[in-house]
Amino acid sequence: MEYVTPEGLRTDGRRPRELRKLGCQLGTLESADGSATCEMGFTKVLAAVFGPRDTAGKLHPDRAVVRCQVATAPFSAGERRRRGKRGPLATEQAATIRETLAENIHLELLPRTQIDLYFHVLQADGGILSTCLNAGMLALADAGIPLKDLVGSCTVGYLESTPLLDLNYIEESGGGPLLPMAYQPNMDKILMLQMDKGKLPVETFEVLATLATEGCRAVTGQIRQSLMNHTKQLAVARGSV
Amino acid sequence: MWQKNAYLKKTRQGNVVKVVREHYLRDDISSGTPLDPQCSPSDAKLSADARHYLVVDTNVVLKATDFLEHSSIDDVIVPSIVLQEAKSRNLSAYHRIRALAADPQRRFYVFANENHRDTYVKQKDGELINDRNDRAIRAVVSWYKQLLGDKMQVILLSGDRENRRLAREECGAEACSVQEYARMRTDDKELLDLAAHWGQQEFDEDDESEGKSKKRRRIYEDHRPLSSLTQGIKNGTLHQGVLNVSRYCWHEGFVPSSIGQEIRIEGVSRMNRAMAGDVVVVEIVPDNVASRSGSRPGAADGPDADEEDDGYDVGDETTGLEASAVHGVDDAICLQGPQDDDSSTKPPSGQVVGIIKRAWRTRGYCGTIMPPRDGKDFVPGRARWVRFRPKDRRFPHMMMRTAQADQLLGKNIVAVVEEWQSHRRLPDCRYVRTIGTVGDTEAETDVLLMENDIATSPFTPEVLACLPPLPWDVGPADVADPHRRDLRHLCVCSVDPPGCKDIDDALHVRLLPNGNYELGVHIADVTHFVKPETALDTEAAQRGTTVYLVQRRIDMLPKALTEDICSLRGNVDRLAFSVLWEATLEGDVLHDKTTFTKSIIRSRAALTYEEAQTRIDDDRLTDDVSMSLKALARFGQILRKRRMEKGALELASPEVKLSIDTESLNPTDIGLSQVRLANKMVEEMMLLANSTVAEKILSRFPSSACLRRHPAAPRSKYEPLLKALEPHGVSLDVTSNKRLAETLDGAVLPGDPFFNTIVRMMATRCMNEAQYFGAAQYSRSEYYHFGLAMDLYTHFTSPIRRYADCLVHRFLAASMDQEVLPASAHDVDTVKGVTDNLNVRHRNAQFAGRASVTLFTLIYFKQKGTVTEAARVVGLRKKSVIVFVPKYGIEGMVGRILSGGEEAAKWDYVMNKSGNGVVSQSGKRSLKVFDSVTVRIEVKTTQGYEEEVIMSLVDEDAAQSADADMDTADAMDET
Repeated sequence: MEYVTPEGLRTDGRRPRELRKLGCQLGTLESADGSATCEMGFTKVLAAVFGPRDTAGKLHPDRAVVRCQVATAPFSAGERRRRGKRGPLATEQAATIRETLAENIHLELLPRTQIDLYFHVLQADGGILSTCLNAGMLALADAGIPLKDLVGSCTVGYLESTPLLDLNYIEESGGGPLLPMAYQPNMDKILMLQMDKGKLPVETFEVLATLATEGCRAVTGQIRQSLMNHTKQLAVARGSV
Repeated sequence: MWQKNAYLKKTRQGNVVKVVREHYLRDDISSGTPLDPQCSPSDAKLSADARHYLVVDTNVVLKATDFLEHSSIDDVIVPSIVLQEAKSRNLSAYHRIRALAADPQRRFYVFANENHRDTYVKQKDGELINDRNDRAIRAVVSWYKQLLGDKMQVILLSGDRENRRLAREECGAEACSVQEYARMRTDDKELLDLAAHWGQQEFDEDDESEGKSKKRRRIYEDHRPLSSLTQGIKNGTLHQGVLNVSRYCWHEGFVPSSIGQEIRIEGVSRMNRAMAGDVVVVEIVPDNVASRSGSRPGAADGPDADEEDDGYDVGDETTGLEASAVHGVDDAICLQGPQDDDSSTKPPSGQVVGIIKRAWRTRGYCGTIMPPRDGKDFVPGRARWVRFRPKDRRFPHMMMRTAQADQLLGKNIVAVVEEWQSHRRLPDCRYVRTIGTVGDTEAETDVLLMENDIATSPFTPEVLACLPPLPWDVGPADVADPHRRDLRHLCVCSVDPPGCKDIDDALHVRLLPNGNYELGVHIADVTHFVKPETALDTEAAQRGTTVYLVQRRIDMLPKALTEDICSLRGNVDRLAFSVLWEATLEGDVLHDKTTFTKSIIRSRAALTYEEAQTRIDDDRLTDDVSMSLKALARFGQILRKRRMEKGALELASPEVKLSIDTESLNPTDIGLSQVRLANKMVEEMMLLANSTVAEKILSRFPSSACLRRHPAAPRSKYEPLLKALEPHGVSLDVTSNKRLAETLDGAVLPGDPFFNTIVRMMATRCMNEAQYFGAAQYSRSEYYHFGLAMDLYTHFTSPIRRYADCLVHRFLAASMDQEVLPASAHDVDTVKGVTDNLNVRHRNAQFAGRASVTLFTLIYFKQKGTVTEAARVVGLRKKSVIVFVPKYGIEGMVGRILSGGEEAAKWDYVMNKSGNGVVSQSGKRSLKVFDSVTVRIEVKTTQGYEEEVIMSLVDEDAAQSADADMDTADAMDET
């Protein structure tokens, strides 16, 4: 399989260092406290935030507790299959998302509360974790939870000796290493960086990490833009503008 | 711009799924021509002052690849949709076009039309995908036409008439077929010949479209549709496999099948247009049908052992013992007699009903064209059909249409198969190029290289740029390297065949203060110069091995490295990779004291085997080098004895040695090569080094280390040999290598010293081939090397001429934490890909080496004239026997009897009942395997132009007059 042609184009016509079409929408669910849909190419994730709320159970006296669940729709990929929310993959993804997003929340401002994050993968075409993180970020902002910074996430990979940004499903199945990253642009801090599959020489890893930060910056740019637009709409609706 | 691309796909489980993919359209795709102001100069692949630009379609790319490769075709625009289609239909055509596009010398530009905003076309409702793609190609033509206007003419080159018509109407562009274009290009006549077949094909198409000749006589049965084939394979009525074909007859083959037995396919009609190597689907047919359908019933002649190899690496110290019989299965049959009457043992007969995948070589087949049957000459310049005869007899004759038949006669040419339709008796082929005159040594050598797929092109400038500048010497940086030990004080020497310039191993031994000995093997540090993932490395990995021909060497690495920088020549400082052992006086190697290190050495003497042997044998010599050689020889003997005790096999192979006149390149002498104690000494040291290194790299890289294994052959492979040995009262125990070695030692006949060698030679052929592999490919127990009786083995000692050794060097350096392995060497699949290629290259190199010996044998006998020589029968066929001539180390098929110098009327031997001998019909004479016979060897011209060594059996009664025969034959030769 050829992932990058000698002309420098990927299977879907992008160049190696280009992101897919990124779409963000806020407030897509009325019943949730905060919600957002994020699309990266054909990967589409719906995130819903409930809370902060006071519930019975093990609550921490001096900070908020974050809970997270990821479910994948059976129709999310070409072949219909039952994909549970308790599978090992979903559990692992949920843990990663919880840890990453909790790091960005001023938890200490919300003691004795709980924040629930629900993710629904509606379409899966690679980069699920990154799309979830982006959607989660927007949903948290929509819910009005105090955040430290913006968070942007994207995945980089390495196939045929070429660093690729934002891999789609075909490229993810190419067998190369995958590095999902989450990044806070203003604090210039990497919140999360994983490496799934494969081995890499350190030099290549550094190239990939730099590419991932650049990608994340571009994503946060978009996220900022959509937050601004949404806020503007709200302001117009309230008649304050 | 953003497009959705959705289509339905059937999965392996049979479910239909909808696949949705993104498709981005861009506005930054370059047109690749300097006439376009938008195009950056670095992208401008096409020329500004070209004759015209050609846009090609898929048909042209697939069918006329040679045409496009011709040097007078340039300024070609290849739309990316064409490449996509080509890739799915013929991968090798795709790679060839890719190579053209990557070649800086050629002006081929790949235009990514599918991702260009203005040339992307969407499939319309109800439109066939092919029509859509044709439309996309036309969109490219219009786009370029619009872009270039009057500045340049754009021509569509298409094999499809409708497409050409639409291009003229819709885009107003010029459009022509390959042949029309070739005719238009009056500057190069050769183009027309390359396009010759194309003209014919289009002519045929016209016929069909007009319905004129709908009723063509079918000669072959049509192949069944794929769906019914898969159905048949599923329910077990049909069998799928790769077709193996007899070395001497293209319509006698067999397919290994899942039913445990091979399915034999005999006869042209049963072969049903399948060719050697094709993946075919076979139906089992009852045998009595066979005679009716005109195929030969009953026993097939086994393929000849004539060109068979024995599995020995020519001139290799380390693998001399590695039995690697290449075509075990083929050989097994060569002893086989006619099938016994009980049909239970008889392999089932089959008939080809479908071909899954053709193995037609895209590099083409070498061969000659046959003179016209009526004896008249070809008329120059008139296109006509001629018969092409491939050099490799596993392939059928082919029909070629050419206008230059008169010039091609008597030349070695290359042709590629076009197609084989059911109404054509023979396949159609197309001329590609001429290699040279038949019988010319150079041209014949080129042919054998081409047939064995050996790259002979000179190294590219990119590869040569990786070399250090000459003259090269060990520099201060190398001396200062903390990982490199200075071993220049050691008395190191090398022992190699005479005339060897690529010396990659050297040895030393010295007494240690504690009374033990230090043994050292020093291997040229090739990977110091060949760094991973450089152009040099890629090229070496591709070539895989140096190929040794009788008069020539085709190097794996450029000459500067091979003969100078890496070669451990005498009295110069060289970089090496050393393995040092400590051994007791009794020859016990203390494995915990083994060290591996990169080093600098200075060889005291570069000796030949003969010189080394003289020094070992001469007691008066007490200089350092001679004393170390004597000590090494002693250790060599001890190590060898230990190995033999463990069950290593001592095998024989007819390794032919040719002496060549350096000026004229004519062979002056021919015979079996000699093995001396010195050879064995070097071999033992190399084996020790290889196995020690294998252990080291496997312990560090348990999944990706590159090793070498030699699987034991199943008993069935030895069966024919065992059967042939029965009448001589000799039996072999093939249950283990140790037992086999012991029984081979016992296989002697009193008063027949050569018997044992022949048995060993034939036993070697029954065995499997040794192979390189990545450690993850097999389980630990399968790493065993049967021939050497070693648990672990690899190749470490010849990095100059084998790429596997370079890989192992890198693994070893990395396991000492001195170097970092490239990521690819960790990847199990990559290692597998590399080793698979190495196995193929290794085998091809051996075949080429042998073919070269055969070629020079022919020249030798041509000069020498007819000789009469003693020979041994080594195989039986239906109408011939295979004999081995010990004096010259050659093997050949004998199918004629001479009595008293005259050719006897007929080969009247027939197979006896038990299948282990042939008896003449008069019953007077009989021949069994291992019998001594006398043969006459001469060179004759067959089939018009080709010369062959012909052997004929000299009737025992008339043997006395052999000398007389010779004289008359000589006289005849002179006239």
